[in-house]
Amino acid sequence: MKHWWKFLAVALLLTASIAGLRVPLAPDLVHVSPDRIAPGEVTVTVTGYNTDFTAGERVFLENDSQRVCATSVRVIDGTHLTASFNVPAGMRKNLTDVVVSGLRYDGALFTEALGEGIASGNCVEGHLANSGFVFPNRPILYESIRNLHFHVPMWFAMITLMAISVVFSIMTLATNSLRYDGSAVNAVYVGLVFCSLGLITGALWARATWGAFWTNDVKLNGAAVTALIYLAYLVLRGSVPDAHKRARLAAIYNIFAFVLLVLFLFVVPRLNAVDSLHPGNGGNSPFSDLDLDKRLRMVFYPAVLGWILLGVWMFNLRDRAARLAEQLDR
Amino acid sequence: MRTAEILNVLRLEIALDLRQRAAWGGMLLYVVSAVYVCHLAVKSGLGTATWNALFWIILLFAAFNALSRSFQREDAGRQLYLHTLVDPRNLVLARTLYNAVTMVVLSLLSLLFYSLFLGSDVLAKADLAQFLLAVVLGGVGFAAVLTLISAIAARAGNGIGLMAILGFPIVLPMLLALLRASKLALDGVAWSVTSTYFGGLVLLDVITVTLAWLLFPYLWRD
Repeated sequence: MKHWWKFLAVALLLTASIAGLRVPLAPDLVHVSPDRIAPGEVTVTVTGYNTDFTAGERVFLENDSQRVCATSVRVIDGTHLTASFNVPAGMRKNLTDVVVSGLRYDGALFTEALGEGIASGNCVEGHLANSGFVFPNRPILYESIRNLHFHVPMWFAMITLMAISVVFSIMTLATNSLRYDGSAVNAVYVGLVFCSLGLITGALWARATWGAFWTNDVKLNGAAVTALIYLAYLVLRGSVPDAHKRARLAAIYNIFAFVLLVLFLFVVPRLNAVDSLHPGNGGNSPFSDLDLDKRLRMVFYPAVLGWILLGVWMFNLRDRAARLAEQLDR
Repeated sequence: MRTAEILNVLRLEIALDLRQRAAWGGMLLYVVSAVYVCHLAVKSGLGTATWNALFWIILLFAAFNALSRSFQREDAGRQLYLHTLVDPRNLVLARTLYNAVTMVVLSLLSLLFYSLFLGSDVLAKADLAQFLLAVVLGGVGFAAVLTLISAIAARAGNGIGLMAILGFPIVLPMLLALLRASKLALDGVAWSVTSTYFGGLVLLDVITVTLAWLLFPYLWRD
């Protein structure tokens, strides 16, 4: 079957998109009130996300691995509970964690009356009922982690299409004919579509997590340079009327720019520490650290392959349409 | 690659420049005017980062101005004549070499005027050898990238405008690396830290020249 890869693309994209949007996030604690404690009787209200609190949750405070067990726990509903503590004086650190059945809210409570340490309570750990196949849940990211399956594959698809374009450019120079020139520019057009989609999904994600649509970041510089290079490529094509000359000049620029672009995108960031907010750059931990059970990857890899195949399919259609239009003209 | 041919093209370039001294005068005047405009706009007392950024912006525009002449000063007839005399690969190597020397001289002169007008306090605590190395590598790098771009723009028959559009995005990565390396040099950071940047810049220069050497013959074919 000749068109198997198109069916594969559709299947992968459907699976990845449905799974990427439908799989719930892992339960986590999102809010604790009040935000400071002093020695004495304290009642703390904990808000969870995607949690299903039931009577019998184990709650304790932890300060420098010393624990204070809850004297009583009252579950309000699936995402809210209150816990009472008899807080002793003399904890060692300023920040105390709240732990509910294995879910931890780091540094939830500012702690007063510090000292040399307390007698650690022997609290039961407990854990929430296993909630099946879920994505990791992290503060700042929350539900936006699903964008991983859309934003990142756009760049994979784009660089694949630009590489296809360079191959056609090399063939143009090698054969000195016009046969491959149209394919080179069509691959660039489709690649630019993916570039725009990557920029849009990235800008929205950046606004939601970092607070700004655009930041000074090595990856964003790379995206900007890529967009500028290929727009310049189209301007160059537009300014040469003679078809043979256009094909040759555009091919030379394409090859020259692509090699330098690859250096800029993949080599320069590794030269030394660079400013970046992206996971896995500038000293930030990569997403694979969140994804210890590899559940994100089970959706992410199919999504990458699916979008690349869709990009190649779009290029294929555009190229065939262009060739037919050319034949009709003749 | 034949050294004699490269030397001959170099001699031709020098002879042409000696004949049109106005061109060199123009380049120098361009830099001095740019520096003076900056002086008028910001007076003095710039911080290290701003001083560095302004210097490289001036150099970048000076490079576009100076190197656009490289292939634009000959008409189609003379190009054809050169084509019968020299191997295109030798021609592009010679032109890159000549442009690199031009850019290094121009960069050092710019630095002189720049520190004269905008103050050299910044240089006092800098590692001067490192900064000069960054300036030289920057000049060579701009020449390496822009020589081929200038040839493409000249062949497209659409002068300086097209050269700026094609050249900026390609020069940008090199400019970012230069800004960082020279900022570190100005801060007086040790060689052990900056050497990766300088190594990267040299690598970038070598790759660029190799690409120009590979691609240029196709540009000349008509």
